[in-house]
Amino acid sequence: MTAFVIRRLMQAVLVVFLMSLIVFFGVNVIGDPVDMLISPDADQSEIERTIRALGLDRPIGEQYLYFLKGVASGDFGNSFIFGEPALKLILQHMPATVELALVSLIMAVILGIPLGFIAGLHPERRLSRGIMAASILGFSLPTFWVGLMLIMLFAVTLGWLPSTGRGDTAVFLGVESSLWTRDGLGHIFLPALNLALTNISLVIRLTRAGVRETMHQDYIKFARAKGLPESRVVGVHLMKNILIPIVTVLGLEFGGLLAFSVVTETIFAWPGMGKLLIDSLLQLDRPVVVAYLMIIVLFFVIINLVVDILYSALDPRVRLGDRDA
Amino acid sequence: MKFGSILGPVLASTLMAVPAFAEELTIGLASEPTAIDPHFHNLGPNNAMSRHIFDRLILQNERQQLEPGLAVSWKPVDDLTWEFKLRRGVKFHDGSDFDADDVVCTWDRAPNVPNSPSSFGTYTKGKTVEKIDDHTVHFKSAAPYPLMANDVSTITIVSDEGGCGGTTAEFNDGTAAVGTGPFKFVDYTPGDSIVVERNDDYWGERPIWSKVTFKPIKSGPARVAALLAGDVDMIAAVPTADVATLSRNDRVSLSQGVSNRVIYLHLDHARADSPYVKANGGGPIDNPLRKLEVRRAISMAINRDAIVDRVMEGVAIKAGQLLPDGFFGVSDNLAPVEYDPDGARKLLAQAGYPDGFELTIHGPNDRYINDAKVAEAIGQMLTRVGIKTAVETMPRSVYFGRASRGGPNDTPEFSFILVGWGAGSGEASSPLKSLIATHAPDKGWGASNRGRYSNPRFDALLERALSTVDADRRDRLLAEATELAIGDVAIIPTHYQVSTWGARKGLKYAARTDEFTLAIGVSKE
Repeated sequence: MTAFVIRRLMQAVLVVFLMSLIVFFGVNVIGDPVDMLISPDADQSEIERTIRALGLDRPIGEQYLYFLKGVASGDFGNSFIFGEPALKLILQHMPATVELALVSLIMAVILGIPLGFIAGLHPERRLSRGIMAASILGFSLPTFWVGLMLIMLFAVTLGWLPSTGRGDTAVFLGVESSLWTRDGLGHIFLPALNLALTNISLVIRLTRAGVRETMHQDYIKFARAKGLPESRVVGVHLMKNILIPIVTVLGLEFGGLLAFSVVTETIFAWPGMGKLLIDSLLQLDRPVVVAYLMIIVLFFVIINLVVDILYSALDPRVRLGDRDA
Repeated sequence: MKFGSILGPVLASTLMAVPAFAEELTIGLASEPTAIDPHFHNLGPNNAMSRHIFDRLILQNERQQLEPGLAVSWKPVDDLTWEFKLRRGVKFHDGSDFDADDVVCTWDRAPNVPNSPSSFGTYTKGKTVEKIDDHTVHFKSAAPYPLMANDVSTITIVSDEGGCGGTTAEFNDGTAAVGTGPFKFVDYTPGDSIVVERNDDYWGERPIWSKVTFKPIKSGPARVAALLAGDVDMIAAVPTADVATLSRNDRVSLSQGVSNRVIYLHLDHARADSPYVKANGGGPIDNPLRKLEVRRAISMAINRDAIVDRVMEGVAIKAGQLLPDGFFGVSDNLAPVEYDPDGARKLLAQAGYPDGFELTIHGPNDRYINDAKVAEAIGQMLTRVGIKTAVETMPRSVYFGRASRGGPNDTPEFSFILVGWGAGSGEASSPLKSLIATHAPDKGWGASNRGRYSNPRFDALLERALSTVDADRRDRLLAEATELAIGDVAIIPTHYQVSTWGARKGLKYAARTDEFTLAIGVSKE
């Protein structure tokens, strides 16, 4: 087990290194950040000064080595635009994204599973067909459009919820979050729902498929034959067995929510990492883009590792280790 | 908006709740400042934000005319020296006095902020400041410099006690953000909000707003929705597509004003073989853009009325020179070129291109209002008179680098481009010097002359204007230089942008030519 983890960590370092190579050279091919930064009034000598100050006059290989040297000591470089360490900027924006992703994940579970059960237990009812049709829409409608429609309906027309930004934050149990205030909850509802729509649909479909398949298993028939009440059959025997794939998928989706909630964050002006990424991309703030993507890679590597370890803990049949080991 | 009629009453009641907090103002910004430090980044949004917490010696008003700020008067005392008399009795937010020492140390700090992506050295270069007494300073330059007051008006004054030694991080967390401005710093959360409160001891007109919150909302539709939902009281940069709808909405009031930004076309004046100009069929051709008749024909082929009415939905003004009427140094003799496709064809035939040629127009697609659509419209108009024009637009992050330095030896890559220019100094020498003067890095001229236009007569005229301290004479010389450049079709201006602010009913904004969004400009009707 220990050898497995060490091996995986070493692979992770290699993956992150390769990623840094791809991303660093990739972003350096696009455009010229100097023109994005400099005031149009600036004359040629001022433009030269900026190019030198950013180190852009050096050959790209040298820039990369300099960058690697910094990374080795935990320094991902300074943002071109904010002049602050890229890592600090990303960490500053992280809490907002984490809370958005969490709320949206919770929404996916508490809305998706019951709806999926209804659709799975009574597939012929009109309600179930409605749910399934809606889940197709949830999958296929583009998030930016749905986001604007949600704003139009709930913020502009009904005036129930705020349309933009993050609400007041408060500190509770040592964690500063906007989830602890009414204002904050009001602000997070629409963006979280928008982000959750795809996952709600996904969970509905997974649950329904699971229910339909498991219903005909022998142990369900046996439970019924034993005379157990329907609520126990569905709530315990059925539920337990369909949760495994759902948890797996949601775990992976959570990584995606954290990393790429770009569209939703932009529309709702949510001050999270996704918005930071897209702003940095548009303004060619290369150090932030590189640092962000490297962190995300690290994220996914860790999530996958944790999932693998959890599997072996949950299911004794899974043994960690290399086949030849 | 169909729901509006059914649920109108609900909405009206939410909006009516607002006046109770009317002393507070929330503004949705289209672009976010990158720091609170006023000297960190010489960029529109930053310069607008610094006007709240800080002051300048000279302030630019809504039309970018110069008005007394922390200086009450300024005048040249000899060819090389300007004397500024400072305002007495002004206090910084921490209670310390404003005096000449603050000006001297500010002048030192402004061009030297570490990690600054774009410094204020552009304006401070070649000038020194000297304290005469506590309320008098002398600005000196090595050569006669008539634009001293314009340059001084760009530099934000910080305190010699906390400000000059402060780091950008200390400004951003508020400890060094101590100014003399109409508002005091309260909070800055990057990406989320900037909050300021009224400075009750302000030396000028006291703002009516006790607290102002700025929220960056980059997406245009989301900004409009935030206004309609009542989450913000005012928004900057209303998308042109929404202007017509909002102007019919009786819960919203729009404020519009022409900006200092001209949208123009630059043509390749330099290369005999220009990469994006081809003979019919794609063969090489001796660059026709170097012929005056061809340039005039292109200008005449452009239907500026159609661009303004259709593409810009009426939210623009057609342009005949580099700055709209009313600015210093504009010519009274220049009108927008009339649309005349037949005349254009005739000129092309005279120049030896009866069947036209092939051309590619390059432009950005996320920099100016409707920029890609304007480029497409121009492409079609030119094709109609025989110049078969392909249109290629790209994100500005890619576009400007290629347009300025994409060719061999860092020369401009394109042959025919759509660009815009906002005159930060609020007078005509800014575009003349950057766009039309001969590209000369040692002199700092022609930095954005992406057509590499070069005309010794023009350069001499501009040189004279820029060393003439007498304002009336300089005004006339700049106008003359503009006439020369436009007569030679150095560039082809198409339109001036009009900026639109939207506010909830009952508020109005004093529209500014520099596109700044300032809380002091928001008043109740």
